[in-house]
Amino acid sequence: MLHRLRFLPGRLVQSIPVVFGVTLIVFFMARLLPGNPALALLGQHATPASVAALSKQLGLNTPIWEQYLLFVGRLFQGNLGTSLTYQLPVTQLVAQAIPVTLSLLGMALLLSLIISIPLAAVAAFKPASGRDLGVRAFTLLGQGMPQFWLGIMLILLLAVGLRAFPVGGYGTTAADHPYYLFLPALTLAITMCPTIIRSLRASIINVLGSEYIGTAKSKGSYGAALFRGHVLRNAAIPTVSIIGVNLGFLVGGSLVIEKVFALPGLGSLMINAIFARDFPTIQGVTLFVALFVVLVGILTDVVYTMLDPRVNLGAKEQS
Amino acid sequence: MTQPLLSVKSLTIGVRRPKGVDTIIVDDLSFEIQRGERFGIVGESGSGKSLTLRAIADLLPAGVEILTGSIRYDGVELVGMPTPARRRLMGPEIAMIFQEPMTALNPVIRVGEQIAEGPRRYLGLSKRDAMKLAIEMMAKTGIPDPVRRARAYPHELSGGLRQRIMIAMALSCGPKLLLCDEPTTALDVTVQHQVLRVLEQLCADSGASLAFVTHDLAVVNQTCSDLAVMYAGHIVESGRVKDVFRDPRHPYTKGLLDSAPDFDQPERELVPIPGFPPNLAARPSGCPFAPRCAFAVEACTVAMPPTVVVAPGHAAACIESQSIFEGVAA
Repeated sequence: MLHRLRFLPGRLVQSIPVVFGVTLIVFFMARLLPGNPALALLGQHATPASVAALSKQLGLNTPIWEQYLLFVGRLFQGNLGTSLTYQLPVTQLVAQAIPVTLSLLGMALLLSLIISIPLAAVAAFKPASGRDLGVRAFTLLGQGMPQFWLGIMLILLLAVGLRAFPVGGYGTTAADHPYYLFLPALTLAITMCPTIIRSLRASIINVLGSEYIGTAKSKGSYGAALFRGHVLRNAAIPTVSIIGVNLGFLVGGSLVIEKVFALPGLGSLMINAIFARDFPTIQGVTLFVALFVVLVGILTDVVYTMLDPRVNLGAKEQS
Repeated sequence: MTQPLLSVKSLTIGVRRPKGVDTIIVDDLSFEIQRGERFGIVGESGSGKSLTLRAIADLLPAGVEILTGSIRYDGVELVGMPTPARRRLMGPEIAMIFQEPMTALNPVIRVGEQIAEGPRRYLGLSKRDAMKLAIEMMAKTGIPDPVRRARAYPHELSGGLRQRIMIAMALSCGPKLLLCDEPTTALDVTVQHQVLRVLEQLCADSGASLAFVTHDLAVVNQTCSDLAVMYAGHIVESGRVKDVFRDPRHPYTKGLLDSAPDFDQPERELVPIPGFPPNLAARPSGCPFAPRCAFAVEACTVAMPPTVVVAPGHAAACIESQSIFEGVAA
């Protein structure tokens, strides 16, 4: 088992240039935004003189490559700079927001698995049956509804209408958080489910048709034991990579959803920072999102390797 | 007379077509397997021999079903039995070995665990004891270094070893009837021989009966005591292996024997059977072999010839079974 994870150190090293490249792009993209942070900070009372003074104070009047070098230099010291709007270190802001976003994503992933696995199984055990069509209708619906709209509908229905869940926010105690996160996580889960269900359904059908299922039946296995013991793990293998890719997209989706549900996560931080032209914060958040996507990619490969003993990524890379 | 271990009566397997005529693949098949008997079913691809075996194991592919007939195991009717009860027979009573040991083993589970699955379920063994039994079974099938091999995944083992794993798996719960679906076809000849020896030895030790499906006459000759020759879903000839081989009474059996090399008579020319098996969706009337048969007469195309006993324990479904091979040395 462990020898097949030998690809890990190499993969981690490879990801450094990727993350570095992202910082480069984001740094310059942020500066392509129309508007000036000094102007945004000073607001209505800005005079050309005060804007120039503040720009100088923020280091915005130096050539752009000098600003980049300064940014990268600080980065190596673990310093992402100071937020222009909050006047706090970006690392501190990001550190506060990361647990929110990560728990949101984790809960969304968990919910989508809880929804997807039974539905995919129900559909796959009897392809083209009524329940298969029902599941297909659900996946189409899930794919067709825009995330933000679905979020708003859930708020109206479950939070405003039934008062079963809070309208927004993150709660104050650790016990509150799952309760507050449920609706936004459900929103993300419902939009992620269709892809998982479709992939899982197809691979379950595939697995059910294979010879080793006949062998398992000839050993007396049937029903739930057969599904758990011989179907799910085999069928999960192709789906794992799909979940990996989708988790990357989900980060993008969480930006909007955090705004809809007023969650103080990376998404809200990012959107506020963009409106305020808060360059250091934009850069910091993007850096972490990029890091997250890269890590999810690596994690996907690890899970894949653990599930399928035939996979040996290390061997492939050497050849 | 004691009850046969397995008794198949008028078994018809096919594809049900709600609109139109059902496609019949196995037609009105009857045979019995006694305790301790080693029964071979021989026939070419598409003769329905594997489906018959799969029907006994409740492993018919989707869409194919038992249309009529009965399969009684130890006096108990299997056709129409609910799945849970049926599956409880699989392992401790009936076990199956498949043709392709690569695809028949779950690729993501260690082989030791795959063998231990049945014993854990049926013999109530702990994980540890079941694994011990699995390793013991692996040793019995002649797998060298079974402790280490039990931790291997199927793709890490050779075809011969994988088939030994299948045998160990099938015999782990001490079944009374072992169904073998061309277990050696995917193996090369030397390995084939070794695997057959192991299979025979273990069946003899445990007293299990064998239902052995193959297209290889040499394998039947080596392994089985009795055989049935299938053609287009019918048993055309059945009897003791040595009787049928010495004195075939159906032209198809004769054709099969003539088309296979015999190392005792290396000079003999191989005679192929002309033509192809019939299209099962459009069966010819009468004997299905008639279009390819050198001895066919007009009466052959009228009705399926009845099975007649040509000698004690030897039957053939050919209207000329008494006359055509008279004086012809097989």
